[in-house]
Amino acid sequence: MSALLQVRELSRHYGLRVGCEDVSFELHPGELLCIVGESGSGKSTLLNTVAAQLSPSSGSVRYRQRSGHWLELGALSEADRRRLAREEWGFVTQNPRDGLRLNVSAGANVAERLMALGMRNYSQLRHIARGWLERVEIDPSRIDDAPTSFSGGMQQRLQIARTLVTQPRLVFMDEPTAGLDVSVQARILDLLRRLVNELGLAAVMVTHDLAVARLLAARTIVMQGGRVVETGLTDQILDDPQHPYTQLLVSSVLTT
Amino acid sequence: MTAALMLELRDLSKSFELHHQHGARLNVLRGLDLRLHAGECVVLSGPSGAGKSTLLRVIYANYRPSFGVVHVRHDDRWIDLAKATPHEVLDVRRRTLAYVSQFLRVIPRVPALDIVAEPLLQTGVDGPQARDRAGDLLRRLNVPERLWALPPSTFSGGEQQRVNIARGLIVRRPILLLDEPTASLDAENRDVVAQLLAEARAAGSAVLGIFHDEDMRDRVATRLFPMQALEAA
Repeated sequence: MSALLQVRELSRHYGLRVGCEDVSFELHPGELLCIVGESGSGKSTLLNTVAAQLSPSSGSVRYRQRSGHWLELGALSEADRRRLAREEWGFVTQNPRDGLRLNVSAGANVAERLMALGMRNYSQLRHIARGWLERVEIDPSRIDDAPTSFSGGMQQRLQIARTLVTQPRLVFMDEPTAGLDVSVQARILDLLRRLVNELGLAAVMVTHDLAVARLLAARTIVMQGGRVVETGLTDQILDDPQHPYTQLLVSSVLTT
Repeated sequence: MTAALMLELRDLSKSFELHHQHGARLNVLRGLDLRLHAGECVVLSGPSGAGKSTLLRVIYANYRPSFGVVHVRHDDRWIDLAKATPHEVLDVRRRTLAYVSQFLRVIPRVPALDIVAEPLLQTGVDGPQARDRAGDLLRRLNVPERLWALPPSTFSGGEQQRVNIARGLIVRRPILLLDEPTASLDAENRDVVAQLLAEARAAGSAVLGIFHDEDMRDRVATRLFPMQALEAA
């Protein structure tokens, strides 16, 4: 099967400080890949650089479009990158307040990305928004309420609806369940798991939580100090970690 | 006609290097050779610590071998899982290699029926058909129908184990790896599992397993493969 995304020797520095260094990986259609590591390991920098929200210091990111045509992201204009993000990608941030528009209704938050793609029919937009609220288990009667009146877990589910409503081919997620209560987390993870399967999404997810990687991702990348120290099947990495840092991570998890 | 060779291990070794335990090294398997044919059921025998579970996990590519070859027949070609890419391993697991452990890995909020149906869905079978088949298996394994819609986290050990067996057997895969799948089952349910294994073998699957229960071992094994702990050997 042919890859959807190819990352080659990607580095991003902040002045003299290393964000991420010499990272290569491929992502196939319909596959969810987790990037794990502690805070400061460079995983969010890597995600943002791959998603073209930060410009790389060196290396390349290639993306295969719906048309089958390969794009070299570094060679795109800002306008083309924005169009790609709007039409074929989605991004879910850790804090839903960063990914939502807080001053408009829940329904408008879901509809906005569709409108950006040119859909204008109000009743159709409202119909789709209702459907997506139900899909992420938000009572559709809350469609006209502002997200500020929602709990953190509801806001995160709303952000997921807002991101997936355009049926993106590739989704980037930065710690989508961090900072939520465990019961709320379980609901969001179950939701993501189902939606990824139903929609055949490809996704790259950053998490510090190895249990999240085990639940959602067939493959995992482990980062330390900006570099990839281990990569492979998630169950292999968690059950038979090879690198000292991965062994430390795995052995530090509390099991109940 | 002799039965087709399905799995071949050559000179297989596995050690664990524990970087945070002063670099301790545990040698669990060394120079192991094994051949498994379609229709046979080879039972690994030997004391605890002999590496039986480790061997099954190495074959499933859950553990990485330190040395040697894990040849698996996959769509009539041979793949060495010791060298295969993650995507190749995933495809082999989806269609050729099943692994059933003692313990069900529970997924929060997912009902038993869906946990069982999932491997079949992943082979492209549609939802209703996969759930029908999952229901058939759960019924055969005497899991009461009122439990099917519930997540198995609150089930008894034996019920969870039966859900796990159903999940492992729902896709007919040519090689079955079984790590004590009947440890918490009563006699009646062990009978059902023995029958299911006999049916899988009759349909051409090769089985490699660990069964501590002697009665169960005698019923299912066509051959024993003795193993010993390396440090004691």
